[in-house]
Amino acid sequence: MGINLKELSKQEDFFTSGHRACAGCGPAIALRQALLVAGKDTVVSFSTGCMEVVSTIFPYTAWKVPYIHSLFENSAATMSGVEAAYNALKRKGKIKKDINLIAFGGDGGTYDIGLQALSGAMERGHNMLYICYDNQAYMNTGIQRSGATPYGASTTTSPSGKVIPGKTRRRKDLTEIMAAHNIPYAAQASISDWRDYMTKVEKARSIKGPKFIVVFAPCQLGWYYKKEDTIKIADMAVKSRFWPLYEVENGVHKITKDPKKVIPVEDWLKLQGRFRHLFKGENKKIIEEIQREVDMRWERLKKLEEAGL
Amino acid sequence: MRKVLMGNHALSYGAKVSRAQVISAYPITPQTEVVELLSKMCASGELKAKFIKVESEHSAMAALIGASSVGVRTFTATSAQGLAHMHEMLHWAAGARTPVVMGNINRAFAPPWSVWTEQNDSLSQRDTGWMQIYAQNNQEVLDSVIQAYKVAESLDLPAMVILAAFVLSHTSETVEIPGQEKVDEFLPPYERKYKIDPDEPHAFGGLTDPDNYFELRYKIQKAMEEALEKWEEAGEEFESIFGRKYGLLETYKVSDAKSLIVSSSTIASTARNAVDRLREKGEKVGLLRIRVFRPFPAEKIRGILSSVGKAIVIDRNIGFGASGIFYQEIKAAMYNEEQKPPIFGVVTGLGGRDVSSKDIIEIYQDVIRREEPKSDIIWKGLKL
Repeated sequence: MGINLKELSKQEDFFTSGHRACAGCGPAIALRQALLVAGKDTVVSFSTGCMEVVSTIFPYTAWKVPYIHSLFENSAATMSGVEAAYNALKRKGKIKKDINLIAFGGDGGTYDIGLQALSGAMERGHNMLYICYDNQAYMNTGIQRSGATPYGASTTTSPSGKVIPGKTRRRKDLTEIMAAHNIPYAAQASISDWRDYMTKVEKARSIKGPKFIVVFAPCQLGWYYKKEDTIKIADMAVKSRFWPLYEVENGVHKITKDPKKVIPVEDWLKLQGRFRHLFKGENKKIIEEIQREVDMRWERLKKLEEAGL
Repeated sequence: MRKVLMGNHALSYGAKVSRAQVISAYPITPQTEVVELLSKMCASGELKAKFIKVESEHSAMAALIGASSVGVRTFTATSAQGLAHMHEMLHWAAGARTPVVMGNINRAFAPPWSVWTEQNDSLSQRDTGWMQIYAQNNQEVLDSVIQAYKVAESLDLPAMVILAAFVLSHTSETVEIPGQEKVDEFLPPYERKYKIDPDEPHAFGGLTDPDNYFELRYKIQKAMEEALEKWEEAGEEFESIFGRKYGLLETYKVSDAKSLIVSSSTIASTARNAVDRLREKGEKVGLLRIRVFRPFPAEKIRGILSSVGKAIVIDRNIGFGASGIFYQEIKAAMYNEEQKPPIFGVVTGLGGRDVSSKDIIEIYQDVIRREEPKSDIIWKGLKL
């Protein structure tokens, strides 16, 4: 399938309207884009979270493909069983076609509580794609900090106060953790760069074995920005190099978008209420620290790419 | 074919002849031989199943819920801490109406760290919506796996076949392994009504509001009630094909008994020997073994216990702050009966301490002297 607007406009949506997501929801866009590529013969498993809740409420479903949710920490494990079952049925000749298996999880269900199940599934080599929609906190339960919440961000469990200026720890680098599983494909994408993201989904689909994509999907409710700015916020994360778009194919890093005009990370931070406290007094040095880290990570990524690693 | 098998291998053969299609398990003492033999069978091609070697028991059950939702037959085995780790998923398996069958080796919980037998692990899962079958020998372990699939798949309820750590799991006995053709006759392939199928998409596990949830719980209870009959039917059909008889309960020398010993698992089989020895001494005593604990065969139990003079329930488990768990259930089942015996509760053998025929005789002789139960627990074999 060609990833272009002309082709895409002809595609049927399998994550459909009628879901109960907020206006300006980034994750809902991430699901729709992935399903436009994956198509009809797809099975989706889901970890507990915003997108699980908003796409269901029994007896309704926003999915036009089979969907299974079974708890928070086990989207990857559940899909392992689905894959094994299809293999068992294939061996008996009961099903013939290839089915895309996509396990979804939010950052809480992936970076944190589901990391073990994801790691196990990737190590075992199941033929599935895991997509983490990353909105950098536990949004379903009301904006609590997760392993994906960036340094300095204020959440309901890492609130900025007089003594503690928001989250004091760095976020995990999940893409590198997944790449370290020596899986054939791990990638980082953003809903703002739909062609890049969907090309990655398409590429992952064509590769046999375990694949992983983490897609940057801003949350207007939890990040405190204007809801019409979701794509802009995602775009600025890429342009500031806070969220580099790259892939690791068979262990080799490749940057898939090198922003032509790089913007200071401060420009991106200041549009979001979760970083508002960083612009006051002493906390301003945290912005410098964030910029230093963004630059350092980008340099590291460039070096890996240049070295063919 | 007759073979000398340890209880663990009886579980593996049970899964094999039942043609389990997806197996997912994580090793834990004293369960490991179950999955080792199944792995070997898969490696040799003797068993055509997909074996997922998961990274935890939690994922083992998650994977089976996924597989079962596609509509294939699934199996796992675990014990104690592993079962507790699975606990969240046990509720899910029952709620999702996936007829997963698993073996659980009854092992005591830690701390104190223990690998020996006790029933608190499986009994802590009492209210998860799993059927529970307590086997007394290795033949029953194997046969119960086959029957468990039959009943589980007819009602879409999961089932747990339970055996005592070491006393059965690592004890070798002669076991008849039923021929495949006969098993196929008894157990047709699993057909799931609603499954994960891209040609007919459904959503599973959606948020369910108070307007819908209640009825779905009611249906689980109704299926459990129906299961009582299904276990008896399965037992009868099993007997007609394989010649071995199984029911919800087993009675031994009850017709003229004035007192009954009530127990489960291997303590019940030891108690049979104790009954014989007591009978030799002229004691009118019999045995009631609870084989199927969930669904609880309360009506059947009432039918047997209401006419006896005394009932002695022996528990290798304890509901802390209350009493032995079988004792609680049996007492509750009898409460509304007009005619009921005094029921004595004995707690013994925790953490795998041996319970011999002599111990059971002593329990009987002690209880028979008592007029009425003064407390809910009579401790036996306690060293203080």
